[in-house]
Amino acid sequence: MAMIFTKHKQRTLPGFSLSLGYTILYLSLIVLIPLSMLFIKTASLSFSEFWEIVTAPRTLAAYRLSFGTALIAAFINAIFGFLVAWVLARYSFPGKKIVDALVDFPFALPTAVAGIALTAIYSQNGWVGQYLLKIGIQGAFSPFGIVIALTFIGLPFVIRTLEPVLQDLDPEIEEAAACLGAGRWQTFAGVIFPILLPPLLTGFALSFARTVGEYGSVVFIAGNMPGKTEIAPLLIMTKLEQYDYSGATAIAVVMLIVSFIILVATNFLQWLSAKRIGMS
Amino acid sequence: MAGGVPNLKVRSSHTLNRSSQLSTESAVVKWFLIGIALLYLGIFLILPLACVFANAFNKGIQAYVQAITDPDALAAIRLTLLTAVIAVPLNVIFGIAASWAIAKFDFRGKNILLTLIDLPLSVSPVISGLIYILIFGAQGALGPWLMEHGIKIVFAPPAIILATIFVTFPMVARELIPIMKAQGNDEEEAAITLGASGFKTFMLITLPNIKWGLLYGVILCNARAMGEFGAVSVVSGHIRGLTNTLPLHIEILYNEYRFTAAFAAASLLAFLAIITLIAKSIIESGIYQEMRLSGTDSGDKSV
Repeated sequence: MAMIFTKHKQRTLPGFSLSLGYTILYLSLIVLIPLSMLFIKTASLSFSEFWEIVTAPRTLAAYRLSFGTALIAAFINAIFGFLVAWVLARYSFPGKKIVDALVDFPFALPTAVAGIALTAIYSQNGWVGQYLLKIGIQGAFSPFGIVIALTFIGLPFVIRTLEPVLQDLDPEIEEAAACLGAGRWQTFAGVIFPILLPPLLTGFALSFARTVGEYGSVVFIAGNMPGKTEIAPLLIMTKLEQYDYSGATAIAVVMLIVSFIILVATNFLQWLSAKRIGMS
Repeated sequence: MAGGVPNLKVRSSHTLNRSSQLSTESAVVKWFLIGIALLYLGIFLILPLACVFANAFNKGIQAYVQAITDPDALAAIRLTLLTAVIAVPLNVIFGIAASWAIAKFDFRGKNILLTLIDLPLSVSPVISGLIYILIFGAQGALGPWLMEHGIKIVFAPPAIILATIFVTFPMVARELIPIMKAQGNDEEEAAITLGASGFKTFMLITLPNIKWGLLYGVILCNARAMGEFGAVSVVSGHIRGLTNTLPLHIEILYNEYRFTAAFAAASLLAFLAIITLIAKSIIESGIYQEMRLSGTDSGDKSV
């Protein structure tokens, strides 16, 4: 898409203070003030109390499970997402438009619906679960089930960040490599892949960021055993139900800080990616 | 697209015509890759969708109709619709204001503002609900005052609507910002110079230019608003017939082992998801056609 950037944006247009003022007001009321409550509430704890909550064995197990399963799911999506993006950008086959539209399905399907459907499929009597059981894998109510749910939730991210980059890739680069004697695989590994690496990492990070805090789809399939299949968002929920607001908040603050770091890292990766494409 | 919502982008509907044999794989490799891709998407996308409808109808049409016309189900549908009807327009107004300020003007701190607008998308849904409990809950900052005045926000529809606004907060803005940026200021500046009012300029120049992106944002925002589970679950209190949205109603039915009823309610939301995807595709091809007609170079190399 041709971007027509106007370089001189003098303030000839009206409505700057109105629109910016409203933006900042609404942002503060809905997002910033409520989020800051997390930190205010945490500040009411002493540091040793805070440290005790976030390093309790149950909390650590929940963090390990949430981060671990989100990482595995993001890896699965990075590998297969790369493949799907490649296929959608490069090949034509019957039904491709439908397949392309379907990729966004996890964005559109409510997480609770995904949760009960995946649980039904991977439980011991389910369409897939019964066969998994025969080879000794428990589908639902295990970390395996959590990874399945998170893979579903994070599926579109890698595909949607790679697809436009692949489409804009100039075929001449590959032709030049081939003319210079590179084989197809050599061209891919030495020429195409380095260009695709930043958007691939961006997609990976987005998928991880989205799935690490996921609740709706996981809560059905996880089994929710403390210390074993209890994810961090569920632990927050459990603490809330026991009116342990400080405990819930402390765990939430750690997750929020991690999310924010990922968000900043992703923005940096996208900036890097944009720079690379500009150069190529 | 930090935070991860699909951005409206024009995708060419055809594969690039690769003129040279040098930049394609052999047919065997090609069909092998297509096969794996379809298998992966089949397992992760088609199977859950099929599962929802198979389970919804496994006791026949009558049980299905009974499940979705149950008074609790109808109350849940009503609350879900009410939530979306309030949350989506508020985020549309914000989206238009934010994109106007960010795309049409230069100012300091714009990047920080953009990151903050994206923030709700990378916050765990449970945390999105928790923050409103910390403000409006019985032990919350405003809790005692609200109790004194008999105002109920948490465990009532107001908190459900607030939490929904939070999780869908950036969805319209992030669709509009890149489109408004790409369009530049020339047309609006011409209109203002010729004496049109700001409002008239917006209605007659800006709005027609951004209509596809706006529609796209509304559709995505609506899908998420109607389907949000985690955030709403924290603040709802699960009072049947009063504070249950459709996704929460599904959870209750499922936990009571009323699977057919749960999947029947789920099928309504799955249907909404399908409609959303179809609408999204139509908008994408609509904007693609429009760009072709207006002769704008969309970087499409296949025509």
